[in-house]
Amino acid sequence: MAAERSSAERTDDAARIQRVTMPKWGLSMKTGKIVEWFVAEGDTIAKGDDIVDIETDKIAGTLESPAEGPVRRIVAEPGADLPVGAVLAVVAPEDVPDAEVDAVVEEAKAAVASGALEEADEPQPQLVEVGGRTISYLSLGPVDADVPVVLVHGYGGDKNSWLFVQQPLAEQEQRAIALDLPGHGASGKDVGDGSLATLAECVTGVLDALGIDRAHLVGHSLGGAVVAAAARAAPGKVASLTLIAPAGYTPEADAEYLRGFASAGSRRELKPLVGRLFADEALVTRQLVDDLLRYKRLDGVDKALSAVLGTLLDDGDRQAIDTPALLEGVDVPVTVVWGASDRILPVPDGVELHRVEAGHMPHMEAPGEVLDAVRSHL
Amino acid sequence: MARTITYREAINEALAQEMERDERVIVMGEDNAGGEGSPGEADAWGGVLGVTKGLYGRFPGRVLDTPISESAFIGAAIGAATGGMRPVAELMFIDFMGVCFDQIFNQAAKFRYMFGGKAVTPVVIRTMWGAGLRAAAQHSQSLLSVFTHVPGLKVAAPSNAYDAKGLMIQAIRDDDPVIFAEHKMLYDTSADVPEESYAIPFGEANVVREGGDVTIVAIGRMVHTALEAAEELAGSGVQAEIVDPRTTSPLDVDTILESVEATGRLVVVDEANPRCSLATDVAATVAQDAFGSLRAPIQLVTGPHTPVPFADALEDLYIPDAGRIAGAVKKVVDYGG
Repeated sequence: MAAERSSAERTDDAARIQRVTMPKWGLSMKTGKIVEWFVAEGDTIAKGDDIVDIETDKIAGTLESPAEGPVRRIVAEPGADLPVGAVLAVVAPEDVPDAEVDAVVEEAKAAVASGALEEADEPQPQLVEVGGRTISYLSLGPVDADVPVVLVHGYGGDKNSWLFVQQPLAEQEQRAIALDLPGHGASGKDVGDGSLATLAECVTGVLDALGIDRAHLVGHSLGGAVVAAAARAAPGKVASLTLIAPAGYTPEADAEYLRGFASAGSRRELKPLVGRLFADEALVTRQLVDDLLRYKRLDGVDKALSAVLGTLLDDGDRQAIDTPALLEGVDVPVTVVWGASDRILPVPDGVELHRVEAGHMPHMEAPGEVLDAVRSHL
Repeated sequence: MARTITYREAINEALAQEMERDERVIVMGEDNAGGEGSPGEADAWGGVLGVTKGLYGRFPGRVLDTPISESAFIGAAIGAATGGMRPVAELMFIDFMGVCFDQIFNQAAKFRYMFGGKAVTPVVIRTMWGAGLRAAAQHSQSLLSVFTHVPGLKVAAPSNAYDAKGLMIQAIRDDDPVIFAEHKMLYDTSADVPEESYAIPFGEANVVREGGDVTIVAIGRMVHTALEAAEELAGSGVQAEIVDPRTTSPLDVDTILESVEATGRLVVVDEANPRCSLATDVAATVAQDAFGSLRAPIQLVTGPHTPVPFADALEDLYIPDAGRIAGAVKKVVDYGG
């Protein structure tokens, strides 16, 4: 029998109880479904451990533990569909009494039942004018944080592709800004000449417009080349570069994918192409393809994608960008991450890089490693 | 950015954005502006269920009230289209189309063909269809198949606000005559709709729900009823795939066949009368081209071969419901077992 605990001890217990909650992976995520737990009550977990698979209407992902210590209660059973913020598990040291752990569980269940979680205010994307173009961005984390991280998506992508990366950064008191390049997402669809310089100016332009002196730039695929070009044009504004499967490292590329993506007008054309982005094609949900089609149907997107395609590929279907050349003389730390099973841009030889188990989308398929790479610069 | 708006608002927005983009786009119909000589004040009708409300004030001179003479103003719209305008004419109820069949079937539908492609007829005829509004036999029919039958016409029947906007924009930009059928029970339903303009190509079905056990093809309001049935069926372990063709002409046969090839079972849901309908058309196509994939006879869930009754209880019985759809699915899933 545990001895009666003093009120000071109880306050201390409460502070030592950690709640693992339903993450928010991307703007549109309202709920997530528990697929499978990798830990059981009684197990001791460390920060970063894979603890549970969660499925949203867009994609399935693995939650890395934000907490460390013994798992005292698993609150959410497999199959449960729970709102963002709902308590999934309770982690607390062994000497915190069961009664207090159970009180947290009861409170968590009541919060879900009341529906209060679903009404919580959520951050909204903002618009900013840069050189006559409207750029959409989402800023998470404290605005007064030191040097923010800026995330730049790839060809045909948008800011939501950072769903597994942006929120975890923000949770650790890091300001993380994901933007939509022109022609993409909710940004204006005018890309001008669609050149790397134009796209890079949009990135540095957003920094200027938001009053950010320096930022850690993270770019995926086309976005990798864009942030490299931004670092070359404005090295003083860039604290580090993290390049995820960046464009411009090899002459080879899956031109059939790129040209097919630009021209695909139906689900039947698009779905097999999108499958090539991932090592695990099961990640391509109906919703993911549908969202891409919705984007591709917007007026002006055809023209934008076609212009940017001319930046990515030459007439011989080889990559037109030379990213290592852009980085020559750029004196900022650079980390490169590549998926070992990338079918769009092959892993280059002779480049120092972190090889991870993923296809062309390491930030979706291996977000933990991508987060590690970004954090290594912070 | 997408926000949530209604089906009615989505169509209104599509009309406004296309009128903004292209000055050849005009809107005409009974009470579209709010009554002859209306200054376009806020309480103007905007058509019988308010879809064109507010357009008159924004585009004076381009929203025309017409006499109550469908044969005359549909003919005028078709004539204006051949003359270079892009009219969107509202013919309140699909039930009233009969009085202008010559203009639609024998004129608009034939011009491009008979003039060797030298003439186009970019007219959109907006109309309401479907049962459920307690509007009786002459205002409740689902006559899509009548127009689908005629080569030279295109037929769109959106099931949600997102599709309504994108299909209307496509209809206006299309050079062929389009019958744009708005289900009257969907006007107050909402969906996420981008503020920006976008066109949904005709002949591209929407796979509304994925599932491996049975394919349900449904259109218009029946898409929602099929979804309701699918949720119910999921509880007993049956996963239904729901295909909404969105346009009956052209029809996305490939998507339907691919789905049936994967599931081996087909249920077609159509609130129209059962003979010579979308249901029979889809069933025949699948029976002919995917017979080898079928593991059970195709089931059709339709209205009966009667007019839509006025009595509430009978009208409710007329319209296919989730229970009937689930029953048909169980029949094909359990077949031979």
